Formats: sequence, C-alpha cells, structure tokens
Amino acid sequence: MTSALQILRLDIGLPLDSGAIFSPLEIGYETWGELNAAKSNAVLICHALTGDQFVAGPNPVTGQPAWWANLVGPGQIIDTNRYFVICSNVLGGCMGTSGPASLGPDGQPYGLSFPVITIADMVRAQAALIDHLGIERLFAVIGGSMGGMQVLEWIASRPDRVGAAMPIASAARHSAQNIAFHEVGRQAVMADPDWQGGAYQIKGTKPVKGLSVARMAAHITYLSDAALHRKFGRRLQDRNEVAFGFDADFQIESYLRYQGSRFVDRFDANSYLYITRAMDYFDLAAGFNGRLSDAFTAFKGRACVVSFSSDWHYPPADSRHITRAMIGAGVEVSAFEVETDKGHDAFLLDEPQFHEAMAGFLAASAADQGL
Amino acid sequence: MSNAASTRADHEIIINAVPQGARVLDVGCGDGVLLKRLKQERNAIVRGMELSQAGVNACVAKGLSVVQGDADLDLALYPDDSFDIVVLSRTIQATRKPEMVLKQMHRIGAKAVVSLPNFGFWQVRLSLLLNGRMPVTQGLPDSWHETENLHLCTLLDFDDLAKQSGFDLESVTRIAAGKASAPSRATSNVLNWLSEEAVFVLKRAWMPTR
Repeated sequence: MTSALQILRLDIGLPLDSGAIFSPLEIGYETWGELNAAKSNAVLICHALTGDQFVAGPNPVTGQPAWWANLVGPGQIIDTNRYFVICSNVLGGCMGTSGPASLGPDGQPYGLSFPVITIADMVRAQAALIDHLGIERLFAVIGGSMGGMQVLEWIASRPDRVGAAMPIASAARHSAQNIAFHEVGRQAVMADPDWQGGAYQIKGTKPVKGLSVARMAAHITYLSDAALHRKFGRRLQDRNEVAFGFDADFQIESYLRYQGSRFVDRFDANSYLYITRAMDYFDLAAGFNGRLSDAFTAFKGRACVVSFSSDWHYPPADSRHITRAMIGAGVEVSAFEVETDKGHDAFLLDEPQFHEAMAGFLAASAADQGL
Repeated sequence: MSNAASTRADHEIIINAVPQGARVLDVGCGDGVLLKRLKQERNAIVRGMELSQAGVNACVAKGLSVVQGDADLDLALYPDDSFDIVVLSRTIQATRKPEMVLKQMHRIGAKAVVSLPNFGFWQVRLSLLLNGRMPVTQGLPDSWHETENLHLCTLLDFDDLAKQSGFDLESVTRIAAGKASAPSRATSNVLNWLSEEAVFVLKRAWMPTR
C-alpha cells in the first residue's frame, strides 16, 4: 500500500506548539507540473480533515478519483501545465506523513504517544517541505475546510511566503458546535473496545465501529437538510415498507452506514482523534491578543474568501469574520457567498460560480505576480 | 442596479472627482468598470462591494478586490475613516434605508460621491401630470411594480438628506440626455427641473461623536 506513496524523510527536529520537538519527520506528498526557473509558479493545496495529498489524478491507494480532480489537472482551473502544484498529507495524518499510526523511534506505532499537534504544526511541516523543494515564495495557497485554516495560518505566520491566499468554507476559529461534533466523533472511537486505549495496532484490533459512527455523524455536518431531502427524502432502502426493526430501512441510513464502512478502510482512528483535536484548538486570533485583524496586517498578497450559503459546518458568518478582519488589516481581499443547497461539501463539488471566481482570482493574481 | 455601459456620464464625473492615489470604495460596483478605470486613470487604491455573484466574479477576474455585500447591511464591515472617497452610483434609490447608508458612508470616508436618477426632472413631472401614471423613462425604465427603486427622490430631496446626514455639498452635476453640464456649487429649482440624473460630491461637514 505504501509503495504508491512518495515520502520525504527529514532528520530535522520540528518544534511543535505543545513544546515537543518532533523528529524524524516524514511527509507524504505529491506534485504535478513543473517548477519554473524563477520558482514562482508553485501552488500549495491544503487538504481537509479526511483528505489526502491526492488532489489530482486517480488516487493510487483508494483507486477512487482524486478529491479535487474537477479543479486540478492539465488545462483545469488549477492548471498543472501552468502551475507547479504541491499537496502534502498533514502532520498527524495517515497517508505517509508522520502520524499516530507511524512507527516511532522504538519501532512500535506511536499510538497515543504521538504528540498532540495543531494547525500551526501542520503548516510548519508543510513549510519544511516547501523549503526542501527550494521554494521561497508560493504563488498561491488554497484550501477548503481544515485546508482553509492552514491557508489562514500560512498568511499569518509566513506572510512573505504567500502571493495569493484562498481559504474556502473555513473559519479562523473552531466554534463550540464544531468542537461538540468532533467530541461526539472522538467519544465514538474511544468507546469502541477495539480502540484498546489507542494501542489497537499493537493489540491487533481495529476500532472500525467507533470510527464508522464518528464518520457517520461528521458526514451529516458536511451536507444540508435540503441536500439530504433532495437525495434521500424518506425513501426506503430496497423495501416497500418499514420493517419494524433496526435495519437500515431508510436510504439515508444505508448511505451513512456505507460512508462509515468505506471510511474505516482508508483512515486511521487515532489520526482522526489527533486531527480533530488540532482543529478544535485552532483559534488564529489567540496568537494575536485576540485581534484577528492583527493576524493579517503583515500579509501583502491578495486573498479570496469563499463560503457557501447552506454550509452550517463552517457557516458564511465564519467567513465574514475572516473577511472583516482582513478588511480591517488592509488586505486586498475579495469575498463571496456562493448560493447553493449542497452544504459544506459544496467546496468539493461542481459549483460553477465558485469555479468561475477561482479561475478569475488565479488568473488575475498570476498577471499581478508577473506569471 | 447599475447598467454596464463603460462610458456612463456619471462615471466621468466620479473619475474627475477622485484625486491621484486616493483610496476609493465603490458601493454597488457592478462588474467593476468604474473601479478598473479609477485604478488605471487615477492610480487609486480601489475596493468594491457588490451584491450579485456575477458582478463579484467579473470584478475578481479583473484583479479587483471586491466583497459581496448589500449596501443596507454590510457597510459595517469597513472601519471608520478607511477610505478617502466612498462612491455610490445609481444605487441609493434601491436601498431600503438611504439615510443609514449615507451615515455609514459618512463614517467610512472623508468624501462621498453619489449619483442618482432625479424624479424632479421635467419629463418625469410632465409624464405624471399628463398621463397620471408612474413615469417610465430612459433613466427609470422599469414599471412601478418591477422596479428595484424603492426610494425615488428629487435632487432637492437628496440634498436635504445629505445635509441631514452630516455632509456639505461640494458640487452637484446635472446630467441630461447622457451629457453632463458644468458642476454647480448648490442645488436649485432650475437644476431640479433640468437634471435627468445628478452626481453629488459631498464632504463631511462634521465628525460624528463616537
């Protein structure tokens, strides 16, 4: 399985927000296109909670299409003929980058001895990769959901290294509701006896039930009432009437069970705990005395903040909060709310208005940066 | 709200009112034609607000920084004194609370430039007098039940509201049949009769207590 992964091993000590120094660091990453001579055409794409580095082309591990295959590729909006596109698995992940399922220095899986990480730590690991690739300044950093948090962290902590920033369906801090849903997911994982206090790899078990329930609950937050109604309504699954039992009578139940069961094949339960924790800890303003606009004052590039009207996971108000702070900081920011009933997942789907705006933003930014 | 012609008479007047290098916010900036010209011809630092997604996309593709928003609700996004000039072209008549919009503009910028259709124009008055029906003219092309214009006013009415909102009149320019006249220092009955559209350049008379 790991043979399909391109992994960079760095014998650096990565200083983490928790105070720990993490070493050695492995980063699973993919690139598409060619870096130009001036090294000025690099686009970093940051993936979401359960995403991975396979943003374009087929995913060699799952065999499924890449998660942004509709946006990234030759001749696509994020044109790999034109840009050098980079996407790396986040720190704490389970697709080649160091995470709780990786083997620690003692040859055993880290499990819960893996340090608790933050969004800023993920960006530190990405910056180490960008350094390794010899790139001083990224033409653009783009990401949705948790990827958007990384975009915000990039421009706050490394403002000179980013030309254009596009945080999509994201937030500058996790709300109580976001934390609440994550906690439900974590408790589901930890309540599974096969979780084994996090040591399931050593014990030879796998908390598939717990992780599956966590995914089911989370998946609901990615959709919207209207989208669920349109896709499933109250339709029954392979039956004409309810069965007076607890099988999946309804299509929505069957769908969620399928989503849950498919997820456990490709995702590590402890990674899910660590990454959701990193998101819960995210509060960009906290590092700037509570003033979010201060996080953006040093950023001299352009920004484009995108939200989706029916997204209740990271609602448009979260993006407005970012936009207002950027305006206050004098950032060249554009912002809009795409009208859609597809909920949070809209950022992954075919949304023509969103895609048109992204194309325009990238083209104008490229012209501006002399690309 | 605004139509797309790139050679709008009100745009010429607005551009002339903007000094080199000024910071300009265009509220209801449409597809960004005016902002683009202000950037090119005045080297202005420009920002826009626009309600329609199509308008925002057109602006973003032009390299403009535009935030999707509604003049009635979203001007609160901008800090006090963040612009030299706030432009509102052919939009005030379509807002729900024109006075609140003007007060926000007063807070955000040192100057305001407002263009609006004039209901005091003689053709409008004559049309109402003779036909007894709400006028439909070149400047006011939609029938009463289809128009987005919620708050139509005359040039004199707007002059009153601007003063009430803390502005002094710097100049008012008459536009009729697509042509602008020389700017005037003050409004008058004659100007009210003869202007199909007017462009007001306003400056703060006093600073609000905050």
